[in-house]
Amino acid sequence: MAVGLDKVRPDKVTEEKHLVVEGMDISGHWNRMFEQRVIWDYDVDNLEKVTNLPGGESLGWCYGCAKCTAVCPIDIVGDYSPRKIHRKTQIGVDLFTSSDLWLCTTCMNCLRVCPKEVNMIQIMPAVREQAVLTGAVPPELQKAFEDTAKHGNPLGQPQRKRADWAKAAGVPVPIMKDLKRAVDILWYVGSYPAYHPRGMDAARAAARIFNALGIDFGILGIEEKDDGDSQRLAGEKGLFEMLAEQNIAAFGKYEFNRMVVTGPHEFNAFKNEYPKYGADFKVAHYTRFLVEHLDKLRPMLKKPINLKVTFHDPCYLGRHNGEYEAPRELLRAIPGIELVEMGRCRENGYCCGGGGGGMWLDSFTKEHTTMRLSERRVREAAEYGAEVLAVCCPFEVSRFEDAAKSTGNDKLIVRDILELLDESMKE
Amino acid sequence: MNIVVPIKQIPNLTDELEINGDGTGLDHDALQYVLNEFDEHAIEEAVLAKEAAGGTVTVIGVDTTGELDGALHTALAKGADKAARITGDFPRGTDSHTQAKLLANAIRSLSPDLVLTGVQAADDRDGQIGPMIAAHLGLPYVGVVTGVAVKDGKAIVHKEYAGGLMGEFEVSLPMVVGVQAAHQPPRYAPVSKVRQIAKTAKIDEIAGDEAAGAGSTVRRMFKPEAAGHAEMWEGGPEEVAEKIAALIKEKGLLKG
Repeated sequence: MAVGLDKVRPDKVTEEKHLVVEGMDISGHWNRMFEQRVIWDYDVDNLEKVTNLPGGESLGWCYGCAKCTAVCPIDIVGDYSPRKIHRKTQIGVDLFTSSDLWLCTTCMNCLRVCPKEVNMIQIMPAVREQAVLTGAVPPELQKAFEDTAKHGNPLGQPQRKRADWAKAAGVPVPIMKDLKRAVDILWYVGSYPAYHPRGMDAARAAARIFNALGIDFGILGIEEKDDGDSQRLAGEKGLFEMLAEQNIAAFGKYEFNRMVVTGPHEFNAFKNEYPKYGADFKVAHYTRFLVEHLDKLRPMLKKPINLKVTFHDPCYLGRHNGEYEAPRELLRAIPGIELVEMGRCRENGYCCGGGGGGMWLDSFTKEHTTMRLSERRVREAAEYGAEVLAVCCPFEVSRFEDAAKSTGNDKLIVRDILELLDESMKE
Repeated sequence: MNIVVPIKQIPNLTDELEINGDGTGLDHDALQYVLNEFDEHAIEEAVLAKEAAGGTVTVIGVDTTGELDGALHTALAKGADKAARITGDFPRGTDSHTQAKLLANAIRSLSPDLVLTGVQAADDRDGQIGPMIAAHLGLPYVGVVTGVAVKDGKAIVHKEYAGGLMGEFEVSLPMVVGVQAAHQPPRYAPVSKVRQIAKTAKIDEIAGDEAAGAGSTVRRMFKPEAAGHAEMWEGGPEEVAEKIAALIKEKGLLKG
């Protein structure tokens, strides 16, 4: 509300037929300049419902500049942005029950440009948590929550099979429980690399690369559970906390110098969120970890991959955690690769649509947008003439491969950087 | 209306099942236990009935795992009002006859109008807990139910038959229902809510008496054994077709 101004009620105002103020004739129907601006008549209840929540405060700071609208990945395929959400609260839209609540992927491009630091990374989980508590959750997202709660992974796969992927890696993948000794690197594999068929390809590639480099590593196997960060951002904070407690307990059973993770979401969880729950260890995304070993790795990259490759920056590696170079250094180390950048890259990288729960809201989001974010992205890759779309987030391989098919860009090859490195290491 | 939902925990079927050393049952200690899926539907139907007609929902189970509280907290988060745990020396895999007896004794003191339980469970698959509770309490039972509506001291229940047939029964309360499926998918209890409830909820303890003894004993439990083998025929379509025709004749499968 406006501060220090009492509202002028038009019916208390006397209208003068002829009036001259400071030499200026302002005769005529009472000028709206002399009334309260219409904006003060807006009902602020919907806005205050959000801003009264811990984490929701910053939505009230929006002054409508619309810088966020220009960069919001959802607005490109729909009608959406933090500014629009703020505006809609003024015209009667309740974010708690609006479909807008579930479209944000927490990609953080809005926060990057926002002069007022309106922070959707905090606003969305805060409001979503309230919706989750009342059960107002899109069914597909609810299923992912249920599967994660029941099975420790959002794919609903048996916990006992979490390390089964390793059988076909062709190299040893030691499990900490069997190793019974300290390791240099605890490799947190993650749910999609452990269970998704295309994720497993990347996990197996990573295992082969680690072995070739002589890394002393181990995995947790069936003691590993999903990191839960995307579920937290989708509003299930309790589920995140439960998983964090279980994972931290599992990590605490073993000695290791550093953790390496396959996925950027896990990287974000362990680096920025788990320390709030008592975790205390160093963590690196595999791209940075492998760059550290590039002197040893480079001579092994013998087989040229003579293709035009573009790279999709994962939101949670790039914008959220500032890592743009490591993936590119790895790609440049592969002989034959011609690296081309898409228009939306690095700090302004487009979002695949998988973050913040978007991974489990595909049908829901599809109903409210003209095309999937992943479909927009593969079109962009194709527009730049890329033959390969390289990724380093386990959410992305399946998203982009599906999108390549659904948009008729079947020729676009989608590969994790791990797979490309592994391919180049083959004789 | 006083609604009571007896529940039980069973091995998680998404895990690999292990046979015990005697070869007479599952290796229960090696298994994760979860709430029986049909009981999840019974809880949902109970909460729906309460929301439609008022009353209280009490969820009750025999604590065979030491982990029943988690299931009870989840039920409370879904809308149940009270929770009770039957305690005693009842290990994992306690048979359905014993569980039914313990549950019936505990439920009798709760004077229920409606008892909703899962029609069966994936552990023993005998579907006996519901009917036996009804028998112990002297109440009518309808099983394989996919919807319950309560009005004027009576329940209208929808029962599923084979071949897509449905039956509608009007039953005087109190009664026992074996729920096949709630008329809505079971709601999700957010872990956030379950954790809040776990901090404050009071669970009543009821001391269980003796085991009743199973109605049947398992002599041998084993994983499916491969029997026979498949022979793969190679060759072109005509060649293979001739082989198939010859085999059909050889086996005497042709009439006349």
